[in-house]
Amino acid sequence: MRPNDRKYSQTHEWVKIDGDTALIGITDFAVQELSNGKDSELVYCDLPEPGRMLSAGETFGEIESVKAVSDLNAPIAGEVIESNVAIEEHLEVLSKDPWGAGWMLRIKPERKSLDGLMDAAAYDKFCASIKH
Amino acid sequence: MKQTALHDAHARLGAKLIEFGGWHMPVQYEAILDEAKCVRTTAGLFDLGHMGRVQVRGKDTLAFLDRVCTNYVARIPVGAIRYSLFCRADGHPIDDLLVYRERDGVYLVVNASNTTVDLAWLREHQRGFDVTIDDQTERTGMLAIQGQRSTDVMRTLVEDCDLASIGYYKFGFGTVCGLRDTRISRTGYTGELGYEIYLDNRDVERVWNAILEAGRGHGVRPIGLGARDILRLEAGMPLYGHEIDATHNPIEAGLEFGVSFAPEKGDWIGRSALEKVKAAPRKRLVGIVSDGPRVPRQGHRLFSNGRDVGYVCSGAPSPTLDKMIASAYVELGLEKPGTALELAFKPTDPASKRQACAVRELPFFSRTRK
Repeated sequence: MRPNDRKYSQTHEWVKIDGDTALIGITDFAVQELSNGKDSELVYCDLPEPGRMLSAGETFGEIESVKAVSDLNAPIAGEVIESNVAIEEHLEVLSKDPWGAGWMLRIKPERKSLDGLMDAAAYDKFCASIKH
Repeated sequence: MKQTALHDAHARLGAKLIEFGGWHMPVQYEAILDEAKCVRTTAGLFDLGHMGRVQVRGKDTLAFLDRVCTNYVARIPVGAIRYSLFCRADGHPIDDLLVYRERDGVYLVVNASNTTVDLAWLREHQRGFDVTIDDQTERTGMLAIQGQRSTDVMRTLVEDCDLASIGYYKFGFGTVCGLRDTRISRTGYTGELGYEIYLDNRDVERVWNAILEAGRGHGVRPIGLGARDILRLEAGMPLYGHEIDATHNPIEAGLEFGVSFAPEKGDWIGRSALEKVKAAPRKRLVGIVSDGPRVPRQGHRLFSNGRDVGYVCSGAPSPTLDKMIASAYVELGLEKPGTALELAFKPTDPASKRQACAVRELPFFSRTRK
């Protein structure tokens, strides 16, 4: 079971409300799909500068594995306050701890509502439906 | 999707399987870059059951193939192999292939993704030639062992054939794991010492297991198509759909060694179009190296002083060079090694980041070409 303290998007990002801000990252499923469970398969991650305004669903960056490039999409709208640039040099963090140290953005959300996103149980089911 | 004789064996080894050229094939068993390094340091084993295998026989075999192939087939010595292409009249390739010259026929190995089109093309042009075209793809299999340890490993499994006497791009027949008259060629798609072995479907898994077993002490591992793609790019070898395709001719791709304009070969399909390209080429396939961080990929544009001057065909992280590498077409005048260029990842976005790169001579790596 994935952590229940956050919500999940169909493009495999998570968002967690943290006081007045929200943290955004990608799920274990996304990391697995990109890297096949091998740390060395991830080669590049591009995150936005603070100050950038994101609308819900907007592409905020890219993550790249040996074989493919994937867009990173904002699950909710808001202003980027901080990017976790440490990831860009240490992509293995994404496989080791996608829920904690692997956070990508801290944003100031336009609204605090996470309506329309999946909870952990719904996201588990969603991933299972993709796999089979 | 078609499956090779090893499909279930790949699944048991934990491979990730993908669709490739209509076949369900292993893209990797372990990390792709680790697999590429394995081939460069010891040796690796590949399932190539998806490649098209076609036997051409009959009294007009050489004349027929000299009509449809770019290389001069009648001049290939018996026991030797040449790279060639099938081109349309406009000089653009339908496929590239290896041509094995036998005493009483010719054996062709073509790309999986083009096998159907190739066979249709051959049959369309066979009228008036006394030839039989036998597609053996689905009843046979093909393995490759590639890497410096290949001969040491295969020597323990092969009788009646001195592997060391098979020169580069030559083939012979020997007893492999007790299977007599097995075709063994010193070919591959990696730039390494290595062999390709042709088998009946029913024998493929037994030989696959025997090679893995014999190679265990040498560090031999199964290798997927992901690493194969990196290894062939490092070795400067083209892949249909990337360096060559229906709009990219073999001359500008630097494949003239597979194209014969010898008068004795006579007219062949695509000849006059390719003669014109040879007289006035407009671009050139080159190698590109970059310190990163991003991987150049097919379609990325190349800029020189703000001007769009070319585009990437294939790109990958190279574990051998420890750099990002690519093959790319550039305007003539920019093909000199060392020429500094910029890679654009989103050419439509003028503000997108550019990444420094430089032209490098192909191949990036080869142990077979000195």
